[in-house]
Amino acid sequence: MSGFFSSTAGRRLVLYGLVVLVLALGTAGVLLLLENISQRKYEARQVFFRVVELNEDTEDPAVWGKNFPNQYDTYLRTVDTVRTKYGGSEAFQKLDAFPVWRELFRGYAFGIDYREDRGHAYMLSDQRQTERVTKKPQPGACVQCHASVIPAYRKVGVSQGGVPDDDAHRADAIMAGFELVNAMPYSEATQLVKHPVTCLDCHNPATMQLRVTRPGFLVGIQRLAESGVSLPHLPSIERWRRGDRSKPYDANTLASHQEMRAFVCGQCHVEYYFKPPNTQLTYPWHNGLRVEQIEAYYDSVGWKDWTHATSGAPVLKAQHPEFETWSQGIHARAGVTCADCHMPYVRVGAVKISDHQVRSPLLGINRACQGCHRAPETELLARAITIQDRTSALMTRAENATLALVLAIRAAQERGASDEQLTKPRDMHRKAQWRLDFVAAENSMGFHADQETARILAEAIDYARQGETEVARIGSGRAPR
Amino acid sequence: MDYTRTARWMSVFAVVLLGIGIGAGAYTLVYARGASYLLDDPQACVNCHVMREQFDGWEKSSHHAVATCNDCHVAHGPVSKWLTKAENGFHHSVAFTFQNFHEPIQIRESSSLLLQSNCVRCHADITDAITWNHPKTRDRCVRCHDSVGHGPSR
Repeated sequence: MSGFFSSTAGRRLVLYGLVVLVLALGTAGVLLLLENISQRKYEARQVFFRVVELNEDTEDPAVWGKNFPNQYDTYLRTVDTVRTKYGGSEAFQKLDAFPVWRELFRGYAFGIDYREDRGHAYMLSDQRQTERVTKKPQPGACVQCHASVIPAYRKVGVSQGGVPDDDAHRADAIMAGFELVNAMPYSEATQLVKHPVTCLDCHNPATMQLRVTRPGFLVGIQRLAESGVSLPHLPSIERWRRGDRSKPYDANTLASHQEMRAFVCGQCHVEYYFKPPNTQLTYPWHNGLRVEQIEAYYDSVGWKDWTHATSGAPVLKAQHPEFETWSQGIHARAGVTCADCHMPYVRVGAVKISDHQVRSPLLGINRACQGCHRAPETELLARAITIQDRTSALMTRAENATLALVLAIRAAQERGASDEQLTKPRDMHRKAQWRLDFVAAENSMGFHADQETARILAEAIDYARQGETEVARIGSGRAPR
Repeated sequence: MDYTRTARWMSVFAVVLLGIGIGAGAYTLVYARGASYLLDDPQACVNCHVMREQFDGWEKSSHHAVATCNDCHVAHGPVSKWLTKAENGFHHSVAFTFQNFHEPIQIRESSSLLLQSNCVRCHADITDAITWNHPKTRDRCVRCHDSVGHGPSR
């Protein structure tokens, strides 16, 4: 071997060998780069490739996923379970974690089972399992927002509502089916549906354009448009009001794309009630979106969700008024919608898609916040947590105040106070609990509208303490005010 | 044993490979519009689509009529201009190829200082009176005038 390295030709051979190796590696590198550039160029050109035909009956998201694999991949990730400081998607029992709520919900289904809500993927299976549904009879109205329900509405509208089965009558069939399904028992209605929220609920299958499909929202937003309250964050409604109003407000034809990015979420993330006599799902926006405007509507129709088992007050249950709360906040006022923060753009190769793993912006502050806010992630997180800490502290006070009123009324009842004497304290209980629950049931711990949330909690505390004062007046010889 | 013959063949092989390498490299350069990076046309900055938002924003900004990407983001000395282009070109290529950059894109400190010096380059007449002698600690023009280059941020 030593002869090889000592000979001139041998050394030259090694040198040439090394040169060839370097050149080969270099060429391979260049070709890899070429392939990468070519792939990026391809990605940028081919945003979507139609593999399957989609229509109004394509319920299964997996089929849509063949055409839109990137969006579908992120949609599937809504199974993830991640906690933030105040939110998250683990289904822990809130009644055990926060025992005050067991007392505040006494006599109501939420007093039996109040688990933290999980991601979109679980909305239907969790609803079928909750003891609120298994231990208490619930109406079919519940499925509007826990399933992809539009094709089922249409079929019921045609088969039981007698609406003709053609494209011209599609909207009528959906509305008729909606009203029929609302009135069914839940156990029957849930058999009509197979999937949690799907692509079809927010996208037109022919054009992918955003759309609202839920009849509850379509009617609710009409009532809101007709209400006359100021809605600076919804310019298309303000524009419709200035017109001749010959047709009712239609979100699908009048709203801007940016408004639709809030409306599609507002289809379900709202306050609602089941209007008697046949449990029609209704959004109480007739007087506006604020907590006291919704309360005024409930008062005007004499609605109560249940009679509190301890205090005897005709109380209200707030659902999840995210759309209403967001509407009062600085982000709505600046034209920032749900999708901007909860479905921020994500880059996949050379293209950007909106992230369909809908979740807390705190889990991706760079994409959710930094597009607008040029501050470090730690700073932005600190700002959000400051709002949430303050809201949480205020909410604890409101919980304690409301509980104190409930216990004061119970003590008065035990001392023999009459229903007449307790009318005012019970009314205060209704007002306080409605405001407290409006914040507690809302999924942002105050962030969606921090000042509005603080105002609501301040009112809750005030009404609860007013109620206690009224209880103290009973039997004291002083007339109730 | 005599390796001369083998070595000769190796040298021929090396030359052929060099030719292939140069050919592939040249093709890649043309395919990736490499020459466009030597010019001042802002279109070059959206060759790879990552800067699309910044480009769109610039088209709507107040500086659209008076300044292109290079006016603000590249140094203006005869040599430093090319050094900036080479350095940023390298960083951009690595980032886009390996897809491992921060979203949304953030300017590096050295580029931010360069940007500041370019603000002053044109606006020296009106900024002379403003004390700005410690660039690393002082707020930069875009801290407040943040929409002049890329338009309002939503």
